[in-house]
Amino acid sequence: MTDFTDEQIERYSRHIILPEVGGVGQRKMLDAHVLMIGAGGLGSPAAYYLAAAGIGHLGIVDFDTVDLSNLQRQIIHSTERIGMLKTESAKKTIAALNPDVNVTTYNERISSQNIKELFEGYDYIVDGSDNFATRFLINDACVLMNKVNIHGSIFRFEGQATVFHPKKGPCYRCLYPEPPPPGLVPNCQEGGVLGVLAGIIGNIQAVETLKLVLGIGESLSGKLLIYDALNTEFRKLKLKRDVNCPVCGDNPTITELIDYEEFCGTA
Amino acid sequence: MPVKVRIPTPLMKLTNNQAEISAEGATIADILNNLESQFAGIKERICEENGTPRRFINIYLNEEDIRFLEGEKTPIKDGDEISIIPAIAGGVR
Repeated sequence: MTDFTDEQIERYSRHIILPEVGGVGQRKMLDAHVLMIGAGGLGSPAAYYLAAAGIGHLGIVDFDTVDLSNLQRQIIHSTERIGMLKTESAKKTIAALNPDVNVTTYNERISSQNIKELFEGYDYIVDGSDNFATRFLINDACVLMNKVNIHGSIFRFEGQATVFHPKKGPCYRCLYPEPPPPGLVPNCQEGGVLGVLAGIIGNIQAVETLKLVLGIGESLSGKLLIYDALNTEFRKLKLKRDVNCPVCGDNPTITELIDYEEFCGTA
Repeated sequence: MPVKVRIPTPLMKLTNNQAEISAEGATIADILNNLESQFAGIKERICEENGTPRRFINIYLNEEDIRFLEGEKTPIKDGDEISIIPAIAGGVR
């Protein structure tokens, strides 16, 4: 039907028997190009499950190396990989899980200089970054290049997830026009996080990505999902495109990429 | 008529770690002032000096962003729920 090997038919059988997926859907996944920004708390579970699902072309961007303090949540790495590049570690784990996945690693820090080149060739950008400078840069590049941005973020026991679909819904700047000044809100590794929370939100990003690839269900575009782990509560708030948005509004003032100051020293 | 205000994790140190606060007022602006009277210092974390929410914090009345309603003048009715939602950055590298 869609040129699978016997091994693939068996590997993806639980997908293929789903009427919403089928052989056609599995082929879409194998042909999809998804770029994962960060192989950290969110990127580990998201990339791991996307690979298991058979996303055929997975790019992973990260410049960091595996640290012992990462392993409380970054399940794509392991104790014996401490000191290894996260991109290499992720690639090894994925290769052991599913040889169908063609992993491309980008061991670099994202900036306005390289982001367009990185995004070229990918349709879906999964934002698992850890700071505002990178998140705004990813958003702006997605709007300017018309890429779907699957967004997740976590703090302590609380997580947020949404989909920013250019031309179909709001973007990150429709929510928050500018990054906060340093010191007013927690950034990066300040404050700690329940490790499993990264798994929940990263996997919601993976589910949203697969739905978009398959063209099924209703995406989180236009909705902000908030998960409160302490009270076991999921809430959905409505997000609207802001006609005055500086980047995706009717008269955009941001037409070139901006590098904000990275006030935590990582990207 | 008190309404429920949900406090986000980053602001909970100002509310003695309470995630939900009961506040009174006829509009969002009233609610913010009432919060300030209960927990001194919280309003300046949420609002600019002119009283509008900071650009990296949104306030929702039930499921709706008040920017798309009547802003701080948005009226409140019994049973409403207000959520304060700041941008959070963490992917936690």
